[in-house]
Amino acid sequence: MSEQRKKLVEVQDLTVKFGSKRHPFTAVDRVSFHIFQGETFGLVGESGSGKTTIGRSIIRIHPTAGGKILYGGRQINGRISRQLDQEVTQKIQMIFQDPMSSLNERAKVDYIVSEGLYSRGHHLPEKERQEKVAKALSDVGLLPEFASRFPHEFSGGQRQRIGIARALIMEPDFIIADEPISALDVSIRAQVLNLLSQLQKERGLTYLFIAHDLSVVRFICDRIAVIQKGKIVELAESEELFAHPFHPYTQALLSAIPQPDPIGERNKKLLVYDPDCHHYGPENQPSWQEVCPGHFVLASQEELERYRGQL
Amino acid sequence: MQSSENNVILSFQDLNVKFTLRGQTLHAIRGVSLDVLQGESIAIVGESGSGKSVFVKCTMGLLDANGYISGGSILYNGQDLTTFRTDDDWLKIRGKEIAMVFQDPMTSLNPLKTIGKQIQEAVELHQGLKGPRAKQAVMEILSDVGIDDPVRRYKQYPHEFSGGMRQRVVIAIAVACRPRILICDEPTTALDVTIQAQILELIKAMQKKYNLTTIYITHDLGVVANVADRIAVMYAGDIVEVGSCDEVFYDPKHPYTWALLSSLPQLGVKNEPLYAIQGTPPNLFHEVRGDAFAPRNPRALKIDFLERPPMFDVSPTHKARTWLLDPRAPKVEPPEHSRSLREKGVSRRV
Repeated sequence: MSEQRKKLVEVQDLTVKFGSKRHPFTAVDRVSFHIFQGETFGLVGESGSGKTTIGRSIIRIHPTAGGKILYGGRQINGRISRQLDQEVTQKIQMIFQDPMSSLNERAKVDYIVSEGLYSRGHHLPEKERQEKVAKALSDVGLLPEFASRFPHEFSGGQRQRIGIARALIMEPDFIIADEPISALDVSIRAQVLNLLSQLQKERGLTYLFIAHDLSVVRFICDRIAVIQKGKIVELAESEELFAHPFHPYTQALLSAIPQPDPIGERNKKLLVYDPDCHHYGPENQPSWQEVCPGHFVLASQEELERYRGQL
Repeated sequence: MQSSENNVILSFQDLNVKFTLRGQTLHAIRGVSLDVLQGESIAIVGESGSGKSVFVKCTMGLLDANGYISGGSILYNGQDLTTFRTDDDWLKIRGKEIAMVFQDPMTSLNPLKTIGKQIQEAVELHQGLKGPRAKQAVMEILSDVGIDDPVRRYKQYPHEFSGGMRQRVVIAIAVACRPRILICDEPTTALDVTIQAQILELIKAMQKKYNLTTIYITHDLGVVANVADRIAVMYAGDIVEVGSCDEVFYDPKHPYTWALLSSLPQLGVKNEPLYAIQGTPPNLFHEVRGDAFAPRNPRALKIDFLERPPMFDVSPTHKARTWLLDPRAPKVEPPEHSRSLREKGVSRRV
């Protein structure tokens, strides 16, 4: 079934490097995946794994060192035409992690939300702009009157809603949500997650959901990719990944999820991932393999056979 | 835990804390009583603004300048901490008796001093060691908290450490004071899930090794299932439910505890909206009437809006402040999520 679905974003052999020519650091190392139209794709890994870098490369904040990023079949990394650039900046929007620091403290909500409209160059009539702001605010469950207030007057959850309104006003197709709830309280997380999935249903949005906590991602994502040290180590549909995690790193991540269940927690064994456990040598290098339909893992031939045996 | 039942190390009695803000008074802690037992680990859980941080800051004299204790007492070792006024008084308690691990390891270390010097400061001050012997003690503590190669790490600055490693250093400084009580204020919210699990294990190991009493403060009920012996749930400046870890998770009584548990994403069902608590916490500038959670509780009783419920005893260790436990109250079933959690707990125990 998945073959017929349209691929909205394709990332092929993406490499991102930081640092000087003499001391290069490869943050993202030949990563490939694609995101279908209308799905929520999760990218999970610990800090420093490169998950945010991938998101930022797609939205053209970081230059890429190699590989291709295709959006709707057209390449959007590297040099692109001015017209395509404008289209991309409108169609792809981002929601940031910390609502306390991602809003301009000196600007009113009215300006924060409509800033994207200003930067696109064609100025809207004032009345139309105000209508759009009011609509965006009410779409995320805030009152249109809030437009005349400053960010410090809002709680964390409301601020994150402003961040979402700012993305929505551009009428995007694709939203990159970079840890949108990790800075929020547990009780507010549920509200923001519900809002995101409601908006997806109404507008057919596609999400790239970046997080470090697999428990959150399981709830909201259709497919999940686990990334470690700039390489994707496992990719599968979310329930499949939770049922049959193959890669030892995925298993370690799953074991670290805190469960609201005291007895289960007491008997839990915490797995720690040791990169040396693979015993990769020059002749058994890992490669990207499909264990069963739709479930990919980075493994050597020998490991692949062992994983298949576990099914 | 049974043997230490009479062994209260820290006792809060009818504590009231107020803040003055632009001429208005904010009643942050509204008459809270709690006994902390020697050697246990207790978790105080609540959303931001519920007063959980203010509550423990009182025990170290760390309230902001506009905050004051307006009533009640905090008894520690036969002394009433609310009578302390000068810094000299507090220096006998701070660090020496009660130490604290703060939320954000990025900001709680001095960026201009090496890690070794920062730990050594605490060692010299509280253990009375000097020179090479103090340095030796620092090396031991560093390897205690799981930092490899202490000789090299001693000379490094905080920016050379990752978030998890920095939190280990902060814990090292706290235990170097040889305190009796360790307060951990959201020790893992700024960290990754994998690191979070490791830090919680470390705090548990330190508790065992140095025979500490630990107080955790957190907003995430999921985190404390592993570490807490007892849990106190705080809402709007008041403890609404307190009980052993199993009692609070498997048999919660207060509607707010139900709501907190139900909104955990771990319990979510795919393609169904998560349970979310409606509304916002009450404004503590105004006096709260009745049960503070009533306006957000869709199944609140009429009396919840009129009169503040007393603490009802569920079991000798389990108390909750809700009218639902009154013998006259109608029977309200807990929501789906906490029922399924209870069944899980019962089946595991059998």
